[in-house]
Amino acid sequence: MKITVCIGSSCHLKGSRQIVEELQYLVAKNNLKEKVELGGTFCMGDCKNGVCVTLDDKKFSLTPETTAEFFEKEVLAKV
Amino acid sequence: MRKFDTKVQYLKYKVLREVARRAWSGKLIEEVLDIPKAIVSGNTPTMRCCVYKERAILAERVKLAMGGDKNNPNVIEVIDIACDECPMGGYEVTQSCRGCLAHRCEDVCKRGAISFDRDHVAHIDKSKCVECGQCAKVCPYGAIADFKRPCERSCKIKAIKMSETKAASIDNNKCISCGACVYQCPFGAISDKSFILNVIDDIIKSENNSKYKVYAVVAPSISSQFTYAKLGQVIKGIKELGFYSVVEAALGADMVAFSEAKELAEKGFLTSSCCPAFVQYVKTQFPQLAEHISHNLSPAATISKYIKETDPGSKVIFIGPCTAKKSEFQKPEVKPYIDSVITFEELQALFDSRDIDIMTLEEDVLDNASYYGRIFARSGGLTDAVTQALKEHGITDFDFKPVSCDGIEACRTALLKASKNVLGGNFIEGMACVGGCIGGAGCLTHGEKNKNEVDAYGMEAMEKSIKDAIGILNLT
Repeated sequence: MKITVCIGSSCHLKGSRQIVEELQYLVAKNNLKEKVELGGTFCMGDCKNGVCVTLDDKKFSLTPETTAEFFEKEVLAKV
Repeated sequence: MRKFDTKVQYLKYKVLREVARRAWSGKLIEEVLDIPKAIVSGNTPTMRCCVYKERAILAERVKLAMGGDKNNPNVIEVIDIACDECPMGGYEVTQSCRGCLAHRCEDVCKRGAISFDRDHVAHIDKSKCVECGQCAKVCPYGAIADFKRPCERSCKIKAIKMSETKAASIDNNKCISCGACVYQCPFGAISDKSFILNVIDDIIKSENNSKYKVYAVVAPSISSQFTYAKLGQVIKGIKELGFYSVVEAALGADMVAFSEAKELAEKGFLTSSCCPAFVQYVKTQFPQLAEHISHNLSPAATISKYIKETDPGSKVIFIGPCTAKKSEFQKPEVKPYIDSVITFEELQALFDSRDIDIMTLEEDVLDNASYYGRIFARSGGLTDAVTQALKEHGITDFDFKPVSCDGIEACRTALLKASKNVLGGNFIEGMACVGGCIGGAGCLTHGEKNKNEVDAYGMEAMEKSIKDAIGILNLT
């Protein structure tokens, strides 16, 4: 599966770097490097609901605090 | 509210605006011949001998706004009929010479080029004079004037000569497209070609970014421009034009600084590769040093490459202060990443061609880079960033001896020394424009406070270190 994090200005200010780092950490910790691809993109066109993250084609709105929960529910549960 | 430094810039802007206005509405081909008269509408000339000459020159400016002479590889062009054929006699004694007794001019002249007539008035022997200007400096009456053409004086690499018709002529083999002459010619007879039509076309054909996305990469010097509005409003304005997203070239600068520091420590001697005019200068005038140019792409190309990798098929437009970038993006190594380059001047024209008053817009945000990436816009910034990057890499055993060259003359001095192994430094930061990018020919304003504005903008960056700024990119 592919997780794409918005790294445009608005999301960046809302903490996308922390989310990227958290996801990188969680992917590594769970040995999912083969199965989960992380990517970035500049703007997903929904700045108000940032930080925007897509899991394959499904859109999520995350904060650094909710990232671990997202990972558990949406990623770990489905890989 | 003053948008431009000079009336020449203002005139160029009006042409760009009128061309753009018609391009957006699809009426350019139909109405292109009407543009000169739309700008000079009356019968009273305000710039030249008659309105017909004014319009004839405007027609040439329209051509440049539409891409200029396709057969001329240089992005800088002379408008022959706009050149006033200024006198070019060099230093001459004017009527202000009072025939004094002191003869400071004679004493200071090492070449013995000054003599006096029966009325004690000074004369310069042109066969001896080397145009050093010392006599002009010491004359208490300021009676010795330099009749060098402003274009030639601005061209520190001596790429401008007089043609057979007495108009200015650019030696394309020497020219580095820095644009100094464009900004300095008081008649606006030298101009940079514009790619605004390509940009408008890219935006229109994207059908509101549905066919593909159009990204704007903006140079950090933007912080010293558009001083009548807030930076956030400029960003909003760029999006109103139809750009999908705006990204800081400064993030590319962070990437470059990080990798350049490593490259430097490995190779031991390096010149920067950020300034396309400097790079061109090294390649043409100091080919023996070309192997030492950093192998990094410029910050603009680096971030554009990243954008194209994350969003294949997208278009990337660089918006900056630089005319040489218009050359750079056409080079094979950059072409895949940057689709067009426009200047801040041209951005202002695009705003107004769509009647976008950025002062009335809400503020958007722009925050991708660190302080260090952002200060690339001014002389010395790149050196500061590489110093920081060496630290962040934990490289402590490398004795960093940078030489910051502010302007192409300083670059030449450093390169000359380097070519003779007497530089006394191991890193040349080469910036062709005095002050760095904030001195670029495509800037709206060239003020003394610009450096402070760049630094202040740098301090506002959320990310405080280079590693943190580029951390977001290491997604694989």
